[in-house]
Amino acid sequence: MSDSPAKDAYPSPAPAGDAVIEVRDVHYSIGGRKIFEGLDITARRGRITAIMGPSGTGKSTLLRLITGQSTPESGSVRAWGQEVVKMSGRELFALRRRMGMLFQNGALLTDENVYENVAFPVRAHTKLPESLMRQLVLTKLHAVGLRGAAQLMPAELSGGMQRRVALARAIVMDPELLIYDEPFVGLDPISMGVICRLIKQLNDALGITSIVVSHDVHELSTIADDSFLLSGGRVVAHGTPDELHKSDIAEVRQFMGGLADGPVAFHYPAPELAKDLLEGEA
Amino acid sequence: MSAAVDSAPIAALRRIGSMSLFFAQLCARIVPAFAKPGLIVRQIYNAGARSLVIIMLSGLFVGMVLGLLGFDTLQRFGSEDSLGVLAALGMLKVLGPVLTALLFAGRAGTSLTSEIGLMKSTDQLTAMQMMAVDPLRHVIAPRFLGGIIAMPLLAATFSVIGLFGAQLIGVQQMGVDAGAFWSQTQNAVDLRDVTEGVVKSLVFGVACSLIAVYEGYHSEPTPEGVGLATTRTVVTSSVMVLLLNYLLTAAFLTKS
Repeated sequence: MSDSPAKDAYPSPAPAGDAVIEVRDVHYSIGGRKIFEGLDITARRGRITAIMGPSGTGKSTLLRLITGQSTPESGSVRAWGQEVVKMSGRELFALRRRMGMLFQNGALLTDENVYENVAFPVRAHTKLPESLMRQLVLTKLHAVGLRGAAQLMPAELSGGMQRRVALARAIVMDPELLIYDEPFVGLDPISMGVICRLIKQLNDALGITSIVVSHDVHELSTIADDSFLLSGGRVVAHGTPDELHKSDIAEVRQFMGGLADGPVAFHYPAPELAKDLLEGEA
Repeated sequence: MSAAVDSAPIAALRRIGSMSLFFAQLCARIVPAFAKPGLIVRQIYNAGARSLVIIMLSGLFVGMVLGLLGFDTLQRFGSEDSLGVLAALGMLKVLGPVLTALLFAGRAGTSLTSEIGLMKSTDQLTAMQMMAVDPLRHVIAPRFLGGIIAMPLLAATFSVIGLFGAQLIGVQQMGVDAGAFWSQTQNAVDLRDVTEGVVKSLVFGVACSLIAVYEGYHSEPTPEGVGLATTRTVVTSSVMVLLLNYLLTAAFLTKS
Protein backbone atom coordinates (compact mmCIF):
# COMPACT_ATOMS: atom_id res chain seq x y z
CA MET A 1 0.00 0.00 0.00
CA SER A 2 1.09 3.55 -0.64
CA ASP A 3 1.38 6.07 2.16
CA SER A 4 1.72 9.15 0.04
CA PRO A 5 -1.04 11.05 -1.65
CA ALA A 6 1.29 11.97 -4.50
CA LYS A 7 0.26 10.31 -7.76
CA ASP A 8 3.65 8.83 -8.50
CA ALA A 9 4.22 7.59 -4.97
CA TYR A 10 2.51 4.21 -5.34
CA PRO A 11 2.98 1.48 -7.90
CA SER A 12 0.32 0.37 -10.33
CA PRO A 13 -2.14 -1.62 -8.21
CA ALA A 14 -2.50 -4.57 -10.59
CA PRO A 15 -0.90 -6.13 -13.61
CA ALA A 16 -2.56 -4.75 -16.75
CA GLY A 17 -3.52 -8.24 -17.97
CA ASP A 18 -5.57 -8.85 -14.87
CA ALA A 19 -7.41 -5.55 -15.01
CA VAL A 20 -11.08 -5.27 -15.95
CA ILE A 21 -11.28 -1.51 -15.47
CA GLU A 22 -8.27 0.79 -15.74
CA VAL A 23 -8.51 4.50 -15.06
CA ARG A 24 -5.27 6.32 -15.83
CA ASP A 25 -4.37 9.98 -15.20
CA VAL A 26 -7.97 11.16 -15.63
CA HIS A 27 -8.78 14.87 -15.37
CA TYR A 28 -12.40 15.97 -15.18
CA SER A 29 -14.23 19.19 -14.24
CA ILE A 30 -17.88 20.14 -13.81
CA GLY A 31 -18.79 23.80 -14.28
CA GLY A 32 -15.18 24.92 -13.82
CA ARG A 33 -14.79 22.93 -10.60
CA LYS A 34 -12.06 20.32 -10.79
CA ILE A 35 -13.34 16.88 -9.77
CA PHE A 36 -10.39 14.70 -10.77
CA GLU A 37 -6.77 15.71 -11.21
CA GLY A 38 -4.81 12.69 -12.34
CA LEU A 39 -6.96 9.85 -11.05
CA ASP A 40 -5.58 6.28 -11.27
CA ILE A 41 -7.71 3.27 -10.36
CA THR A 42 -7.69 -0.39 -11.34
CA ALA A 43 -10.43 -2.96 -10.73
CA ARG A 44 -9.13 -6.50 -11.02
CA ARG A 45 -10.97 -9.56 -12.27
CA GLY A 46 -12.89 -11.58 -9.67
CA ARG A 47 -12.29 -9.07 -6.88
CA ILE A 48 -14.47 -6.57 -5.02
CA THR A 49 -12.98 -3.12 -5.43
CA ALA A 50 -14.19 -0.44 -3.02
CA ILE A 51 -14.08 3.22 -4.00
CA MET A 52 -14.38 5.30 -0.85
CA GLY A 53 -14.22 8.96 -0.05
CA PRO A 54 -16.12 11.83 1.57
CA SER A 55 -19.26 13.19 -0.07
CA GLY A 56 -18.58 15.33 -3.12
CA THR A 57 -15.28 13.70 -4.05
CA GLY A 58 -16.68 12.46 -7.37
CA LYS A 59 -17.28 8.77 -6.57
CA SER A 60 -20.48 8.62 -8.61
CA THR A 61 -18.84 10.72 -11.34
CA LEU A 62 -16.14 8.08 -11.57
CA LEU A 63 -18.83 5.48 -12.31
CA ARG A 64 -20.22 7.73 -15.05
CA LEU A 65 -16.76 7.83 -16.62
CA ILE A 66 -16.33 4.06 -16.39
CA THR A 67 -19.72 3.40 -18.00
CA GLY A 68 -19.19 5.98 -20.75
CA GLN A 69 -21.94 8.34 -19.60
CA SER A 70 -19.38 11.13 -19.23
CA THR A 71 -16.13 11.83 -21.03
CA PRO A 72 -12.94 12.89 -19.20
CA GLU A 73 -11.07 16.00 -20.30
CA SER A 74 -7.88 13.95 -20.53
CA GLY A 75 -6.58 10.58 -19.49
CA SER A 76 -7.66 7.06 -20.26
CA VAL A 77 -10.58 4.90 -19.11
CA ARG A 78 -10.31 1.32 -20.34
CA ALA A 79 -12.77 -1.53 -19.87
CA TRP A 80 -11.53 -5.02 -20.77
CA GLY A 81 -8.67 -3.28 -22.56
CA GLN A 82 -10.90 -1.13 -24.75
CA GLU A 83 -10.79 2.66 -24.55
CA VAL A 84 -14.28 3.73 -23.38
CA VAL A 85 -13.84 7.33 -24.55
CA LYS A 86 -13.37 6.31 -28.18
CA MET A 87 -16.41 4.00 -28.33
CA SER A 88 -19.36 4.70 -30.62
CA GLY A 89 -22.91 4.54 -29.25
CA ARG A 90 -23.29 0.96 -30.50
CA GLU A 91 -19.98 -0.11 -28.95
CA LEU A 92 -20.96 1.51 -25.65
CA PHE A 93 -24.23 -0.43 -25.60
CA ALA A 94 -22.26 -3.65 -26.32
CA LEU A 95 -19.92 -2.78 -23.44
CA ARG A 96 -22.80 -2.09 -21.06
CA ARG A 97 -24.32 -5.48 -21.81
CA ARG A 98 -21.27 -6.92 -20.04
CA MET A 99 -21.99 -4.72 -17.01
CA GLY A 100 -24.74 -4.55 -14.41
CA MET A 101 -25.31 -1.47 -12.30
CA LEU A 102 -27.11 -0.98 -9.01
CA PHE A 103 -28.23 2.61 -8.53
CA GLN A 104 -28.38 4.44 -5.22
CA ASN A 105 -32.20 4.55 -5.27
CA GLY A 106 -32.73 1.29 -7.16
CA ALA A 107 -34.03 3.14 -10.25
CA LEU A 108 -36.83 0.59 -10.73
CA LEU A 109 -39.44 1.30 -13.40
CA THR A 110 -42.28 2.63 -11.27
CA ASP A 111 -45.09 1.59 -13.64
CA GLU A 112 -43.99 -2.07 -13.80
CA ASN A 113 -44.19 -4.72 -11.09
CA VAL A 114 -41.16 -6.49 -9.61
CA TYR A 115 -41.33 -9.37 -12.11
CA GLU A 116 -41.49 -7.06 -15.13
CA ASN A 117 -38.67 -4.92 -13.76
CA VAL A 118 -36.36 -7.91 -13.58
CA ALA A 119 -37.57 -9.20 -16.96
CA PHE A 120 -37.09 -5.79 -18.62
CA PRO A 121 -33.50 -6.19 -19.92
CA VAL A 122 -34.21 -9.78 -20.99
CA ARG A 123 -37.27 -8.72 -22.99
CA ALA A 124 -35.28 -5.87 -24.54
CA HIS A 125 -32.40 -8.05 -25.72
CA THR A 126 -33.80 -11.53 -26.28
CA LYS A 127 -36.87 -13.32 -27.59
CA LEU A 128 -36.92 -15.85 -24.76
CA PRO A 129 -40.14 -17.92 -24.47
CA GLU A 130 -42.30 -16.84 -21.53
CA SER A 131 -41.77 -20.16 -19.70
CA LEU A 132 -37.98 -19.74 -19.77
CA MET A 133 -38.31 -16.06 -18.91
CA ARG A 134 -40.33 -16.99 -15.84
CA GLN A 135 -37.70 -19.49 -14.70
CA LEU A 136 -34.91 -16.99 -15.21
CA VAL A 137 -36.65 -14.10 -13.44
CA LEU A 138 -37.86 -16.20 -10.51
CA THR A 139 -34.39 -17.73 -10.09
CA LYS A 140 -32.81 -14.29 -9.86
CA LEU A 141 -35.52 -13.04 -7.51
CA HIS A 142 -35.00 -16.15 -5.37
CA ALA A 143 -31.28 -15.34 -5.19
CA VAL A 144 -32.08 -12.00 -3.58
CA GLY A 145 -34.86 -13.50 -1.42
CA LEU A 146 -37.78 -11.75 -3.12
CA ARG A 147 -39.41 -14.45 -5.26
CA GLY A 148 -42.57 -13.99 -3.19
CA ALA A 149 -42.70 -10.28 -4.06
CA ALA A 150 -42.75 -10.85 -7.83
CA GLN A 151 -46.20 -9.34 -8.31
CA LEU A 152 -45.72 -6.30 -6.04
CA MET A 153 -45.21 -2.79 -7.40
CA PRO A 154 -41.99 -0.90 -6.50
CA ALA A 155 -43.98 1.57 -4.38
CA GLU A 156 -45.07 -1.35 -2.15
CA LEU A 157 -41.45 -2.26 -1.30
CA SER A 158 -39.11 -0.89 1.34
CA GLY A 159 -35.87 0.84 0.28
CA GLY A 160 -33.84 -2.29 1.01
CA MET A 161 -36.23 -4.52 -0.95
CA GLN A 162 -36.17 -2.11 -3.90
CA ARG A 163 -32.40 -2.34 -3.97
CA ARG A 164 -32.55 -6.13 -3.87
CA VAL A 165 -34.96 -6.14 -6.84
CA ALA A 166 -32.60 -3.77 -8.65
CA LEU A 167 -29.78 -6.21 -7.85
CA ALA A 168 -31.79 -9.09 -9.34
CA ARG A 169 -32.33 -6.95 -12.45
CA ALA A 170 -28.62 -6.10 -12.59
CA ILE A 171 -27.61 -9.79 -12.61
CA VAL A 172 -30.39 -11.14 -14.82
CA MET A 173 -28.26 -10.83 -17.98
CA ASP A 174 -25.28 -12.51 -16.23
CA PRO A 175 -22.87 -9.54 -16.38
CA GLU A 176 -19.11 -9.88 -15.97
CA LEU A 177 -18.85 -6.66 -13.96
CA LEU A 178 -21.27 -5.39 -11.31
CA ILE A 179 -21.14 -1.74 -10.30
CA TYR A 180 -22.77 -0.58 -7.08
CA ASP A 181 -23.41 3.14 -6.54
CA GLU A 182 -23.84 3.83 -2.81
CA PRO A 183 -25.69 0.56 -2.12
CA PHE A 184 -25.97 1.13 1.65
CA VAL A 185 -27.40 4.66 1.74
CA GLY A 186 -30.57 5.01 3.82
CA LEU A 187 -30.81 1.33 4.77
CA ASP A 188 -31.53 -0.09 8.22
CA PRO A 189 -28.81 -2.38 9.71
CA ILE A 190 -30.63 -5.56 8.65
CA SER A 191 -31.06 -4.45 5.02
CA MET A 192 -27.48 -3.19 5.00
CA GLY A 193 -26.22 -6.58 6.16
CA VAL A 194 -28.36 -8.35 3.56
CA ILE A 195 -27.07 -6.19 0.70
CA CYS A 196 -23.50 -6.57 1.97
CA ARG A 197 -23.81 -10.36 2.07
CA LEU A 198 -25.43 -10.43 -1.39
CA ILE A 199 -22.60 -8.41 -2.93
CA LYS A 200 -20.06 -10.86 -1.54
CA GLN A 201 -22.09 -13.98 -2.42
CA LEU A 202 -22.83 -12.84 -5.98
CA ASN A 203 -19.22 -11.91 -6.59
CA ASP A 204 -17.97 -15.28 -5.35
CA ALA A 205 -20.74 -17.48 -6.76
CA LEU A 206 -20.91 -15.91 -10.21
CA GLY A 207 -17.15 -15.28 -10.47
CA ILE A 208 -17.68 -11.68 -11.50
CA THR A 209 -15.85 -8.45 -10.77
CA SER A 210 -17.46 -5.87 -8.49
CA ILE A 211 -16.90 -2.16 -7.99
CA VAL A 212 -18.60 -0.70 -4.93
CA VAL A 213 -18.76 3.05 -4.45
CA SER A 214 -19.63 4.04 -0.90
CA HIS A 215 -18.58 5.98 2.16
CA ASP A 216 -19.67 3.29 4.60
CA VAL A 217 -16.24 2.23 5.85
CA HIS A 218 -17.39 -0.57 8.14
CA GLU A 219 -19.54 -2.42 5.58
CA LEU A 220 -16.95 -2.10 2.83
CA SER A 221 -14.17 -3.33 5.10
CA THR A 222 -15.98 -6.65 5.53
CA ILE A 223 -16.29 -7.43 1.82
CA ALA A 224 -13.71 -5.45 -0.18
CA ASP A 225 -10.55 -7.04 -1.56
CA ASP A 226 -9.05 -3.75 -2.76
CA SER A 227 -9.91 -0.26 -1.53
CA PHE A 228 -9.22 3.14 -3.02
CA LEU A 229 -9.70 6.31 -1.01
CA LEU A 230 -10.41 9.45 -3.04
CA SER A 231 -9.79 12.96 -1.84
CA GLY A 232 -8.98 16.21 -3.61
CA GLY A 233 -9.53 14.71 -7.03
CA ARG A 234 -7.07 11.84 -6.74
CA VAL A 235 -6.41 8.57 -4.93
CA VAL A 236 -4.78 9.33 -1.59
CA ALA A 237 -4.44 5.71 -0.57
CA HIS A 238 -5.17 2.21 -1.79
CA GLY A 239 -4.74 -1.29 -0.50
CA THR A 240 -6.75 -3.76 1.53
CA PRO A 241 -9.23 -2.31 4.07
CA ASP A 242 -6.90 -3.40 6.90
CA GLU A 243 -4.02 -1.49 5.34
CA LEU A 244 -6.17 1.62 5.07
CA HIS A 245 -7.17 1.34 8.71
CA LYS A 246 -3.49 1.30 9.70
CA SER A 247 -2.53 4.20 7.44
CA ASP A 248 -0.96 7.33 8.93
CA ILE A 249 -1.95 9.66 6.07
CA ALA A 250 -4.03 12.49 7.57
CA GLU A 251 -6.84 12.19 4.99
CA VAL A 252 -7.09 8.44 5.48
CA ARG A 253 -7.05 8.67 9.28
CA GLN A 254 -9.80 11.31 9.26
CA PHE A 255 -12.00 9.34 6.87
CA MET A 256 -11.50 5.85 8.34
CA GLY A 257 -11.82 7.19 11.90
CA GLY A 258 -14.82 9.41 11.13
CA LEU A 259 -13.09 12.45 12.65
CA ALA A 260 -14.99 15.74 12.44
CA ASP A 261 -11.94 17.88 11.74
CA GLY A 262 -8.82 17.27 9.70
CA PRO A 263 -7.77 17.88 6.11
CA VAL A 264 -11.51 18.02 5.34
CA ALA A 265 -12.35 21.04 7.53
CA PHE A 266 -15.42 21.03 9.79
CA HIS A 267 -16.05 24.74 9.16
CA TYR A 268 -16.95 26.09 5.76
CA PRO A 269 -14.51 28.96 4.94
CA ALA A 270 -15.72 32.11 6.75
CA PRO A 271 -14.36 35.31 8.33
CA GLU A 272 -13.24 35.22 11.97
CA LEU A 273 -16.20 34.57 14.31
CA ALA A 274 -15.71 37.65 16.55
CA LYS A 275 -15.37 39.94 13.53
CA ASP A 276 -18.48 38.45 11.94
CA LEU A 277 -20.54 38.88 15.14
CA LEU A 278 -19.39 42.47 15.72
CA GLU A 279 -20.24 43.41 12.14
CA GLY A 280 -23.77 42.16 12.76
CA GLU A 281 -24.13 44.50 15.79
CA ALA A 282 -22.83 47.50 13.87
CA MET B 1 -27.03 46.16 -25.69
CA SER B 2 -26.56 44.09 -22.55
CA ALA B 3 -25.40 40.50 -22.59
CA ALA B 4 -28.67 39.40 -21.01
CA VAL B 5 -30.69 40.92 -23.86
CA ASP B 6 -28.27 39.43 -26.37
CA SER B 7 -28.52 35.99 -24.86
CA ALA B 8 -32.34 35.72 -25.04
CA PRO B 9 -32.59 35.28 -28.85
CA ILE B 10 -29.53 33.03 -28.80
CA ALA B 11 -31.09 30.89 -26.09
CA ALA B 12 -34.32 30.72 -28.12
CA LEU B 13 -32.39 29.71 -31.23
CA ARG B 14 -30.47 27.10 -29.27
CA ARG B 15 -33.75 25.72 -27.93
CA ILE B 16 -35.26 25.52 -31.41
CA GLY B 17 -32.11 23.78 -32.67
CA SER B 18 -32.11 21.36 -29.76
CA MET B 19 -35.79 20.53 -30.27
CA SER B 20 -35.25 20.02 -34.03
CA LEU B 21 -32.38 17.64 -33.31
CA PHE B 22 -34.50 15.80 -30.75
CA PHE B 23 -37.34 15.55 -33.31
CA ALA B 24 -34.92 14.07 -35.87
CA GLN B 25 -33.68 11.54 -33.28
CA LEU B 26 -37.29 10.58 -32.51
CA CYS B 27 -38.17 10.22 -36.20
CA ALA B 28 -35.29 7.76 -36.61
CA ARG B 29 -36.82 5.63 -33.84
CA ILE B 30 -40.45 5.67 -34.96
CA VAL B 31 -40.23 2.58 -37.18
CA PRO B 32 -38.20 0.54 -34.61
CA ALA B 33 -40.72 1.56 -31.93
CA PHE B 34 -43.48 -0.27 -33.84
CA ALA B 35 -41.63 -3.52 -33.11
CA LYS B 36 -43.28 -3.36 -29.69
CA PRO B 37 -46.85 -2.20 -30.51
CA GLY B 38 -48.02 -2.94 -26.96
CA LEU B 39 -46.01 0.02 -25.67
CA ILE B 40 -47.71 2.36 -28.18
CA VAL B 41 -51.20 1.01 -27.44
CA ARG B 42 -50.62 1.63 -23.73
CA GLN B 43 -49.63 5.23 -24.46
CA ILE B 44 -52.67 5.78 -26.70
CA TYR B 45 -54.74 4.63 -23.74
CA ASN B 46 -52.86 6.96 -21.35
CA ALA B 47 -53.00 10.02 -23.61
CA GLY B 48 -56.34 9.29 -25.29
CA ALA B 49 -58.72 7.22 -23.20
CA ARG B 50 -57.77 8.95 -19.97
CA SER B 51 -58.49 12.36 -21.57
CA LEU B 52 -61.84 11.23 -22.95
CA VAL B 53 -64.08 12.48 -20.14
CA ILE B 54 -62.62 16.00 -20.08
CA ILE B 55 -62.76 16.14 -23.91
CA MET B 56 -66.39 15.00 -24.05
CA LEU B 57 -67.54 17.37 -21.30
CA SER B 58 -65.68 20.31 -22.85
CA GLY B 59 -67.02 19.46 -26.32
CA LEU B 60 -70.58 19.35 -25.00
CA PHE B 61 -70.35 22.73 -23.27
CA VAL B 62 -68.58 24.42 -26.19
CA GLY B 63 -71.20 23.03 -28.58
CA MET B 64 -74.01 24.29 -26.34
CA VAL B 65 -72.51 27.78 -26.23
CA LEU B 66 -72.06 27.67 -30.00
CA GLY B 67 -75.74 26.67 -30.29
CA LEU B 68 -76.87 29.58 -28.11
CA LEU B 69 -74.70 32.27 -29.73
CA GLY B 70 -75.19 30.89 -33.24
CA PHE B 71 -78.95 30.83 -32.87
CA ASP B 72 -78.98 34.35 -31.41
CA THR B 73 -76.91 35.71 -34.31
CA LEU B 74 -78.52 33.76 -37.15
CA GLN B 75 -82.10 34.50 -36.15
CA ARG B 76 -81.38 38.21 -36.68
CA PHE B 77 -81.02 37.38 -40.36
CA GLY B 78 -83.76 34.76 -40.37
CA SER B 79 -81.17 32.05 -41.03
CA GLU B 80 -81.49 29.98 -37.87
CA ASP B 81 -81.92 26.82 -39.99
CA SER B 82 -78.22 27.20 -40.88
CA LEU B 83 -77.21 26.69 -37.26
CA GLY B 84 -76.06 23.13 -38.05
CA VAL B 85 -73.70 24.39 -40.78
CA LEU B 86 -72.20 26.99 -38.46
CA ALA B 87 -71.75 24.47 -35.65
CA ALA B 88 -70.36 21.70 -37.87
CA LEU B 89 -67.86 23.87 -39.73
CA GLY B 90 -66.82 25.70 -36.56
CA MET B 91 -66.30 22.46 -34.71
CA LEU B 92 -64.59 20.53 -37.51
CA LYS B 93 -62.25 23.23 -38.77
CA VAL B 94 -61.30 25.26 -35.70
CA LEU B 95 -62.85 24.60 -32.32
CA GLY B 96 -62.46 20.81 -32.36
CA PRO B 97 -58.75 20.62 -33.24
CA VAL B 98 -57.68 23.78 -31.35
CA LEU B 99 -59.56 23.25 -28.10
CA THR B 100 -58.72 19.55 -28.07
CA ALA B 101 -55.04 20.42 -28.50
CA LEU B 102 -55.18 22.98 -25.68
CA LEU B 103 -56.93 20.50 -23.39
CA PHE B 104 -54.48 17.78 -24.47
CA ALA B 105 -51.55 20.04 -23.56
CA GLY B 106 -53.06 20.66 -20.13
CA ARG B 107 -54.06 17.07 -19.38
CA ALA B 108 -51.92 14.57 -21.32
CA GLY B 109 -48.98 16.91 -22.12
CA THR B 110 -48.29 17.79 -18.50
CA SER B 111 -48.70 14.17 -17.53
CA LEU B 112 -46.13 13.10 -20.16
CA THR B 113 -43.64 15.78 -19.13
CA SER B 114 -43.86 15.09 -15.42
CA GLU B 115 -43.75 11.31 -15.92
CA ILE B 116 -40.61 11.48 -18.08
CA GLY B 117 -39.08 14.14 -15.80
CA LEU B 118 -39.64 11.93 -12.76
CA MET B 119 -38.21 8.92 -14.59
CA LYS B 120 -35.14 11.03 -15.28
CA SER B 121 -34.81 12.34 -11.73
CA THR B 122 -35.09 8.82 -10.29
CA ASP B 123 -32.39 7.50 -12.67
CA GLN B 124 -34.82 5.23 -14.53
CA LEU B 125 -33.66 6.55 -17.92
CA THR B 126 -30.00 6.23 -16.95
CA ALA B 127 -30.69 2.71 -15.70
CA MET B 128 -32.10 1.85 -19.13
CA GLN B 129 -28.99 3.19 -20.82
CA MET B 130 -26.93 1.05 -18.46
CA MET B 131 -29.00 -1.98 -19.51
CA ALA B 132 -28.05 -1.12 -23.12
CA VAL B 133 -31.66 -0.11 -23.77
CA ASP B 134 -32.26 3.10 -25.70
CA PRO B 135 -34.75 5.21 -23.67
CA LEU B 136 -35.61 7.29 -26.73
CA ARG B 137 -36.88 4.16 -28.45
CA HIS B 138 -38.47 2.41 -25.47
CA VAL B 139 -39.88 5.32 -23.47
CA ILE B 140 -40.03 8.49 -25.55
CA ALA B 141 -41.00 7.27 -29.05
CA PRO B 142 -44.06 5.24 -27.85
CA ARG B 143 -45.31 8.24 -25.85
CA PHE B 144 -44.73 10.56 -28.81
CA LEU B 145 -46.60 8.22 -31.18
CA GLY B 146 -49.37 7.62 -28.64
CA GLY B 147 -50.01 11.38 -28.49
CA ILE B 148 -50.01 11.77 -32.28
CA ILE B 149 -52.49 8.91 -32.75
CA ALA B 150 -54.72 9.97 -29.86
CA MET B 151 -55.09 13.63 -30.89
CA PRO B 152 -57.21 13.20 -34.09
CA LEU B 153 -59.40 10.65 -32.30
CA LEU B 154 -59.96 13.06 -29.41
CA ALA B 155 -60.59 15.98 -31.80
CA ALA B 156 -63.16 13.90 -33.72
CA THR B 157 -64.88 12.99 -30.44
CA PHE B 158 -64.84 16.66 -29.39
CA SER B 159 -66.41 17.76 -32.71
CA VAL B 160 -69.13 15.09 -32.68
CA ILE B 161 -70.11 15.78 -29.07
CA GLY B 162 -69.95 19.54 -29.76
CA LEU B 163 -72.29 19.19 -32.73
CA PHE B 164 -74.62 17.18 -30.54
CA GLY B 165 -74.47 19.98 -27.92
CA ALA B 166 -75.31 22.63 -30.55
CA GLN B 167 -78.20 20.46 -31.73
CA LEU B 168 -79.37 20.04 -28.16
CA ILE B 169 -79.69 23.80 -27.71
CA GLY B 170 -80.72 24.76 -31.26
CA VAL B 171 -83.23 22.01 -32.00
CA GLN B 172 -84.41 20.81 -28.59
CA GLN B 173 -84.47 24.17 -26.79
CA MET B 174 -84.70 26.94 -29.40
CA GLY B 175 -86.99 25.09 -31.80
CA VAL B 176 -84.82 24.95 -34.94
CA ASP B 177 -86.22 22.35 -37.32
CA ALA B 178 -84.29 19.10 -36.89
CA GLY B 179 -84.57 18.16 -40.58
CA ALA B 180 -83.20 21.54 -41.69
CA PHE B 181 -80.42 21.39 -39.08
CA TRP B 182 -79.09 18.03 -40.24
CA SER B 183 -79.79 18.30 -44.01
CA GLN B 184 -78.08 21.69 -44.29
CA THR B 185 -75.16 20.35 -42.30
CA GLN B 186 -74.92 17.35 -44.63
CA ASN B 187 -75.03 19.57 -47.73
CA ALA B 188 -72.53 22.17 -46.52
CA VAL B 189 -69.83 19.97 -45.03
CA ASP B 190 -67.63 18.18 -47.56
CA LEU B 191 -64.53 16.03 -47.38
CA ARG B 192 -62.21 19.04 -47.63
CA ASP B 193 -63.58 20.44 -44.35
CA VAL B 194 -63.08 17.10 -42.63
CA THR B 195 -59.57 16.87 -44.07
CA GLU B 196 -58.71 20.31 -42.72
CA GLY B 197 -59.77 19.25 -39.24
CA VAL B 198 -57.87 15.97 -39.41
CA VAL B 199 -54.70 17.59 -40.75
CA LYS B 200 -54.84 20.29 -38.08
CA SER B 201 -55.32 17.80 -35.26
CA LEU B 202 -52.47 15.64 -36.59
CA VAL B 203 -50.11 18.64 -36.75
CA PHE B 204 -51.20 19.77 -33.27
CA GLY B 205 -50.67 16.19 -32.07
CA VAL B 206 -47.08 16.21 -33.35
CA ALA B 207 -46.40 19.66 -31.84
CA CYS B 208 -47.97 19.02 -28.42
CA SER B 209 -46.48 15.52 -28.04
CA LEU B 210 -43.03 16.67 -29.18
CA ILE B 211 -43.02 19.61 -26.75
CA ALA B 212 -44.24 17.40 -23.88
CA VAL B 213 -41.65 14.64 -24.34
CA TYR B 214 -38.85 17.14 -25.11
CA GLU B 215 -39.50 19.14 -21.95
CA GLY B 216 -39.65 15.98 -19.83
CA TYR B 217 -36.49 14.51 -21.34
CA HIS B 218 -34.55 17.76 -20.94
CA SER B 219 -35.90 18.76 -17.52
CA GLU B 220 -33.57 19.34 -14.60
CA PRO B 221 -33.67 16.14 -12.50
CA THR B 222 -35.05 17.95 -9.43
CA PRO B 223 -38.62 18.51 -8.15
CA GLU B 224 -38.34 22.19 -9.11
CA GLY B 225 -36.95 21.32 -12.54
CA VAL B 226 -39.82 18.93 -13.29
CA GLY B 227 -42.34 21.58 -12.17
CA LEU B 228 -40.78 24.20 -14.45
CA ALA B 229 -40.70 21.77 -17.37
CA THR B 230 -44.40 21.01 -16.89
CA THR B 231 -45.23 24.72 -16.94
CA ARG B 232 -43.14 25.20 -20.09
CA THR B 233 -45.05 22.36 -21.75
CA VAL B 234 -48.42 24.07 -21.25
CA VAL B 235 -47.23 27.55 -22.23
CA THR B 236 -45.20 26.50 -25.30
CA SER B 237 -47.85 24.04 -26.52
CA SER B 238 -50.68 26.58 -26.20
CA VAL B 239 -48.82 29.32 -28.07
CA MET B 240 -47.62 26.85 -30.71
CA VAL B 241 -51.15 25.47 -31.29
CA LEU B 242 -52.60 28.96 -31.80
CA LEU B 243 -49.76 29.95 -34.14
CA LEU B 244 -50.01 26.73 -36.16
CA ASN B 245 -53.79 27.13 -36.31
CA TYR B 246 -53.40 30.51 -37.98
CA LEU B 247 -50.79 29.21 -40.44
CA LEU B 248 -52.83 26.12 -41.34
CA THR B 249 -56.09 28.07 -41.69
CA ALA B 250 -54.36 30.52 -44.01
CA ALA B 251 -52.81 27.64 -45.98
CA PHE B 252 -56.16 25.87 -46.44
CA LEU B 253 -57.91 29.13 -47.47
CA THR B 254 -55.18 29.84 -50.04
CA LYS B 255 -55.48 26.29 -51.38
CA SER B 256 -59.26 26.56 -51.79
